Amino acid sequence: MYEFDYKRPGTIDEAAGLLNDDTVLLAGGQTLIPTLKQRLAQPEALVDLSAIESLRGVCPDGDQLAIGAMTTHAEVANKATIPVLASLASGIGDAQVRNRGTIGGSIANNDPAADYPAAVVGLNAVVSTDRRTIAADDFFTDLFETALEEGEIITNVTFPKPEAAAYIKFDNPASRYAIVGVMVAKTSSGIRVAVTGAGPCVFRQTEMETALSGSFTTQALENISVSADGLNSDIHASAEYRANLIKVLAKRAVAQING
Amino acid sequence: MTTETGIGASVRRKEDKRFIIGKGRYLDDITKPGQTYGYFIRSPYAHAKINSIDTSEALKAPGIVDILTGPDMEADGIGPIICGWGITSKDGTPHKAPAHPALAVSHVKYVGHQVALVVAETLQQARDAAELVEIDYEELPHVIEVGDALASDAPQIHDDIPGNLSFDWEIGDRAAAEQAIASAHHVTRMDLRNNRLIPNAMEPRAALGEYDAGTDEITLYTTSQNPHVHRLVLSAFNAVAPEHKLRVIAPDVGGGFGSKIFIYSEETVCAWATKKLDRPIKWTADRSESFLSDAHGRDHETHAEMAFDADGKILGFKVSTKANVGCYLSTFASAVPTYLYGTLLNGQYTMPAIYCEVQAGFTNTAPVDAYRGAGRPEATYVVERMIEIGAREMGIDPGEIRKRNFIPPDAYPYETPVIMAYDSGNYALAMDKAQAAIDYSGFEARKAESAQRGKLRGIGYSAFIEACGIAPSAAVGSLGAGVGLWESAQVRFNPTGSVTVFTGSHSHGQGHETTFAQIVSDQLGVPIDQVEISHGDTGKVPFGMGTYGSRSLAVGGSAIMKAIDKVVEKSKKIAAHTLEASVEDIEHSGGVFSVAGTDKKMTMAEIAFSAYVPHNYPADVEPGMDETAFYDPLNFTFPAGTHIAEVEIDPETGTTEILDWVAVDDFGNVINPMIVEGQVHGGLAQGIGQALLENCVYDKESGQLLTGSYMDYCMPRADDLPTFRVETINTPCTTNPLGVKGCGEAGAISAPAALMNAITNALGKEIDMPATPEKVWRAAQGL
Repeated sequence: MYEFDYKRPGTIDEAAGLLNDDTVLLAGGQTLIPTLKQRLAQPEALVDLSAIESLRGVCPDGDQLAIGAMTTHAEVANKATIPVLASLASGIGDAQVRNRGTIGGSIANNDPAADYPAAVVGLNAVVSTDRRTIAADDFFTDLFETALEEGEIITNVTFPKPEAAAYIKFDNPASRYAIVGVMVAKTSSGIRVAVTGAGPCVFRQTEMETALSGSFTTQALENISVSADGLNSDIHASAEYRANLIKVLAKRAVAQING
Repeated sequence: MTTETGIGASVRRKEDKRFIIGKGRYLDDITKPGQTYGYFIRSPYAHAKINSIDTSEALKAPGIVDILTGPDMEADGIGPIICGWGITSKDGTPHKAPAHPALAVSHVKYVGHQVALVVAETLQQARDAAELVEIDYEELPHVIEVGDALASDAPQIHDDIPGNLSFDWEIGDRAAAEQAIASAHHVTRMDLRNNRLIPNAMEPRAALGEYDAGTDEITLYTTSQNPHVHRLVLSAFNAVAPEHKLRVIAPDVGGGFGSKIFIYSEETVCAWATKKLDRPIKWTADRSESFLSDAHGRDHETHAEMAFDADGKILGFKVSTKANVGCYLSTFASAVPTYLYGTLLNGQYTMPAIYCEVQAGFTNTAPVDAYRGAGRPEATYVVERMIEIGAREMGIDPGEIRKRNFIPPDAYPYETPVIMAYDSGNYALAMDKAQAAIDYSGFEARKAESAQRGKLRGIGYSAFIEACGIAPSAAVGSLGAGVGLWESAQVRFNPTGSVTVFTGSHSHGQGHETTFAQIVSDQLGVPIDQVEISHGDTGKVPFGMGTYGSRSLAVGGSAIMKAIDKVVEKSKKIAAHTLEASVEDIEHSGGVFSVAGTDKKMTMAEIAFSAYVPHNYPADVEPGMDETAFYDPLNFTFPAGTHIAEVEIDPETGTTEILDWVAVDDFGNVINPMIVEGQVHGGLAQGIGQALLENCVYDKESGQLLTGSYMDYCMPRADDLPTFRVETINTPCTTNPLGVKGCGEAGAISAPAALMNAITNALGKEIDMPATPEKVWRAAQGL
């Protein structure tokens, strides 16, 4: 780790005022701190968001659930009133990661194998920042890239409660990130199928969405052939294997929803 | 004597309290006044020439003490890192080992290779200064896989070793094996890969050198499984200090699995540099350094042919192996794929003819050396996969084919065609018990039930044997070992009756402080809390050869027995004098010395007291009660057993679930059944890790280690493992006074074959380790 200044502002405005090209936001630090320890980043200052109370908490509000950006995975696992979200959060990393990592930090980082992007896209959530709101479909743009502008701070993520949903994840045996994770949800805006881990960035499997809109059964997915084109390939899983998992996990998610 | 704390009792581990309450004292817990911190600059390249090292800017950095390089060590006459076991090739020539300077002098040979030591007042300062060192590397072609390294067009790694070949060794009778294969009813032929592993002890390697200018003594604290061997090698070969001016202390050590046997560059450098700089220097590996520079394990490419008659009796066995030894020969690297491997290819069977040849090749990877099991898992994997596949090909039940080939219980001692003499065993008994425990006859019904759920169920055997208690000095010496492999023990009574035992064995998780205390308590009637086991310090322990090869109890424990014998002999003389009887009439049992046929007796505590307060004492007996013994066994020990694994595979994802695991092991006599069971569990976890999860991968293009962290290198975790069902049978070893065989490696030796036999049984198709979900999925889908 190189030397850096550490700032812990009490308000979002104060935090925003501290940001510049040489500072980075510290949320749960589950990616940033290891990166610093390996001397792979050399910021002048970290701006720690942990003292900003308004960024924390799980707030049910009618048919939606607002989760503060600095809410830990463990808190979401324990308190989220959307069961699929609680169960997804409970499967992230290990207990130490869940007690430190936050939803805002996770989606701002947009790791291709992270779980939360599947929830945000699959459940059609809205990401609020200190400047605007961003629809889920517009938020995740590419590998480790999001629609966030320079210095923009996520304040919360609001999830509409789905009619039914299931998230099935195939763990990387080593890291326990998703080799593939599939969220299938019946939402007020229709059937959504979001896939994480498989590609450079979370994506919707629209062919499956269409098929399931016609008939919400595993049979409806049977004849869909998932292409390996553009999927990730690494020492743990080839693109072809990931393509297989997308279909297998989607079917299992549908089966789980259908009980 | 069987008591609650004697031999055979599951005594809770005495050492666990300090570990559980956080009072263990590991190397990084030690800090010395005036201590500096060392940081090793390591090669980022798999193979390169060092054109220049410019330290001028770095030497101006804040807190810098010095920067030391390979040429500095050469100038001080520090010798290279050695390999301690000589292997002779087929053509009679000795193995080829490149000079291995502790810090690179002209070339780097693998990613992680130690190039320079930066010493500073703090670790951060050392790291900061290291970034200012300018090293001009000229990249050279590299090679990663042993098969590629031994090919005719491979890049040369060492100028003086043509073809990257360290040795081409053989054992057994080639003509007889080939004749058996040529005339057999059936021959099973397979290519098998034994995957490369990274040891991953929980405590990373570390070293702390402390020089005392007043006495001219160097004390080296290091994470060692064998501190006396470290002292011997660092003194005799590296010339760091004369043996009497070098003290090596291995305090609490958090796991070794073989990786802390070896004398590495880092501790050699720290021991030398502390005197050069006259400051204590501490280096503790971070996890990334451990991945890069701990000696790795296994990495074999093997072709095997096993010949059978029509009844499935083995007629001959021929094995050709290419072993990747990494870029240099580590301390025991040459012994592992030879005398710890080829000699075990007989398994538990009568095999009329065996031939094994091994080519050891250098590659641009970390050195490869002993890792839990060391050679014997590789042998077991070849034998037990081949007989299983042979059974499948011939349509014989895999349990039945083994039973037809087992060495019968009345055939001991049994000489194998590959120089081992098994002393004892009862292989069919272990298999019968294992089959009963797992309900082997009910397997087909369970398989059918799995099939109804769309799952593939499989069952697999491993009837393994190992040669443990790595010892007889005459034997290992004749095979090329540069050292003797005895063990020493000192049993010292204090005047108040408590005992301190100094043992040359080193505990880094094995529970010696309990097991050895049980032996003393049992034999001499001393309450177990009055027995202290001291180990790991050359300044306290008379001598020792350390802990590896499941040798601590068979060799170190037997040395304690020999010292106890001396205590008993001396005590009898004291008792005879005090009780006014003749020595011949003194009977001893569990620390009570009595005159035969009378009620006159003395306890061990009374005798010990009189030995130190010799007011009424025999004139011909020395005062004091402090006996030292050296013990060199007559033979290796041969633990063996049958493990059966049952798995269920999800063909859609390729996930393997281990449903059941039965291990029936013959460890001879057992001192502490609880510790033995724990050792079996740990070994099984590592063996299952190898078969299912662990795999060291270097990128062939760049030579970089791709599995350099836990993000990519998968260690087994509790939820990957089933509830093991462990039993022992107890055929006493006939060649040591305790009748013990050793248990530390059995699980790691046996598990990979059992698990891969189960998985391939479920799939009906062969795959190599590790059986990752994708590999299993491809096989299940016929891709």
